[in-house]
Amino acid sequence: MKMNHLFAATAMSLIATSALADCPDAGRISIIGNEFPAIQTVGAGALSCASDSVTAESNLTADHQSLNVAGMTGDPAEYTTAIIANSSIVALMNEDVIRPLDDLVAKHGEGLSPNQLVSINGQVMAVAFMANAQHLVYRSDVLEQAGLEPPTTYEEMLEAAKTIRDQGILDNPVGGAYAAGWNLAQEFNNMFLGYGGVHFKDGTAEPNVNSEAGVAALEMMKALSEYMNPDFLTHDSNATNAEYRAGNVALMNMWGSRAATLVTAEGVPQEVVDGFAIAGPMTVGGGSTPASTLWWDGWTVAKNISDEDAEATFLAMKKAIDPSILAEGDVSTQAVWLIDGYEPTPAAVGVFDAAQKGTVPYPMLPYMGLMHTALGAELSDFMQGKESAEQALQDVEAAYIAAAKEKGFL
Amino acid sequence: MKHKTFFWFFLPTALAMLVFIAAPMVSIVMQSLFVPHEAVLIETENCGPFGCTTSTAIDQEATAALRAEKPLGRFVGLDIYKDRGHLAFAEVGEAWQNTDSIGAFFSEMGDLPFYDALAFTLTYTFVCTPLLIMLGFAIAVAVNSLSRKIRGFVIFFSLLPMIVTPLVGSLVLFWMIDSRGVLGNLISYLVNDPDLSVKASTPLMWISIITYGIWSSAPFAFVVFYAGLQTVPQDTLESAQIDGATRWQQIRYVVFPHLMPLVTFVALIQLMDNFKVFEPIVGFNAAAHATSLSWIVFNDLGGETRQLSAAATTSVLTVLGVAILLSPVLVRTWRDFRGKT
Repeated sequence: MKMNHLFAATAMSLIATSALADCPDAGRISIIGNEFPAIQTVGAGALSCASDSVTAESNLTADHQSLNVAGMTGDPAEYTTAIIANSSIVALMNEDVIRPLDDLVAKHGEGLSPNQLVSINGQVMAVAFMANAQHLVYRSDVLEQAGLEPPTTYEEMLEAAKTIRDQGILDNPVGGAYAAGWNLAQEFNNMFLGYGGVHFKDGTAEPNVNSEAGVAALEMMKALSEYMNPDFLTHDSNATNAEYRAGNVALMNMWGSRAATLVTAEGVPQEVVDGFAIAGPMTVGGGSTPASTLWWDGWTVAKNISDEDAEATFLAMKKAIDPSILAEGDVSTQAVWLIDGYEPTPAAVGVFDAAQKGTVPYPMLPYMGLMHTALGAELSDFMQGKESAEQALQDVEAAYIAAAKEKGFL
Repeated sequence: MKHKTFFWFFLPTALAMLVFIAAPMVSIVMQSLFVPHEAVLIETENCGPFGCTTSTAIDQEATAALRAEKPLGRFVGLDIYKDRGHLAFAEVGEAWQNTDSIGAFFSEMGDLPFYDALAFTLTYTFVCTPLLIMLGFAIAVAVNSLSRKIRGFVIFFSLLPMIVTPLVGSLVLFWMIDSRGVLGNLISYLVNDPDLSVKASTPLMWISIITYGIWSSAPFAFVVFYAGLQTVPQDTLESAQIDGATRWQQIRYVVFPHLMPLVTFVALIQLMDNFKVFEPIVGFNAAAHATSLSWIVFNDLGGETRQLSAAATTSVLTVLGVAILLSPVLVRTWRDFRGKT
């Protein structure tokens, strides 16, 4: 009976495909996700499927991570799809709120390339549509004025910053998303991986950040922060970008997904627009692995929704990442798309370089979120000079262990 | 009132209190005693755009079976209360033994998130409450002596801080104290230190948040005291004037004693309110410098981690804190009640 059903549905969908350009006939689509330009494009693409029989809505916000699990736990789930990255899918997996997509991929998956399918333990759980990484963004005019080459290591970045400050070109030439919390922890992760650190003892949930690599990473962050705006502990990526746009920053480690559209905002001074340049991620401490992490962004489908809504959501989201979107406006420059037919633009140089240099993907472990939170909460004391690097890392491990015990990982 | 009449009269209130106050309290106490089951981890092969890796994931079927057996989770008693994120008995004991001065002991304590948050919460509560009462009283006396023509306008103006949404109000001040903002620039000009940054200094951040707290809550005290001023017995005031009392003496010996019950009322409400300080910490992006008990609850529940038991435990401790803060007043009320009967 199931076979018949499947066959009928496939036949239906084939007809639908040709007639309605991939949009579902009926059902409910509700999207939760982050809010940078590429995701806004995908969200808008899915919303265009709204019709009399299809309801579609989206909630794209920087707070998506605090909303998606709660919004998908109910039955029926409020959100039928969450746009997530390789870090945030773990929270959804841990709580078992997203469904395997194998049946839908088999039915409607034509056109998706195999490397877009994110499988965990043999089941497709997400469809990736873009890659992301943090990499160098700099001001070519400022570097030229100071007689400098773009840095390829963090040590060179420090020297360049010193030169720029000494020559009196900029007071605080380095930018960084060092806001206490998620951002600060992410910058630590980058630097820690760059020094060859590993977050957990092999194959266990035991923390391993209080190490030589951890101390070296913190010392480097502290050295960089000397060249940042003194308010750096309140600067997230948005505020850091604002500093760059205002022309106060010449060197920064920034997300590929945000760098591409950095200077397209209104009111950016002409010399910033002209001097805007990007390069690959930097290495640190003589290592060969860049001090950065590789990310993918993709969408999932909620578990606690009807099969009809799941199918509708899958179709609408697939339409939103159809190769045809690349032709529209500046869409092709918004991200490094993992979509067929994508030609890398100059804005993609940084992320491509990150992938080629063997940057480590952000760890997809069930307890990584707890580690990230512990890092975000405990490192700010060190950055303010209130305690030693060893003490800060010891606090991180203690905070992580308390949380991991509560959640049953230790 | 007859007992029966009183029962029917009180029933709706009692039901509402049961649903909205008692039930959530039972719920947080329960949640603080139970934690999620031991995670059943399996080794998995994860594939994606960057190739395949061996990783770890939670075995959902095994977890579902565990949950079906014991839906509440693992019973751990007071373990969460004792862990590092809360009362941290082991860490406090260790700090006590390993430090040789009180100062060093307190600096070790400041490293523990709960005590760090408690330190700011209590400072905020006990600095804000008296100052906002004084400021509110001063505004009320000043407004009361104004000509009736402009009084309405001034009252409206004085109430503005309370009308502004707390998060918005704190964001406005946050941008003003930025090193390139109006106040930030002014302060750095006044102390003649061009590199001064309010947001990078813990003491200045505490002062900013406390200033915000006084600014936003003073109107409440003002409204209550202003209403009270309208009931000050004019006879007593006049006889004081005939006796040659100065304006200050009138306020000190006539107005102030008359308003004393209102001071207790405002203090009570504001102690509770200030102990729950939360919005300015988010608005000022101040987590690196100041945290509060409510902020810890929010932080535990948000993000990718969702530590329900930890959040519930902090909530129970907050409730206990409020109860301790209010106990002197409650004891006094109880004595008054006993004295009457």
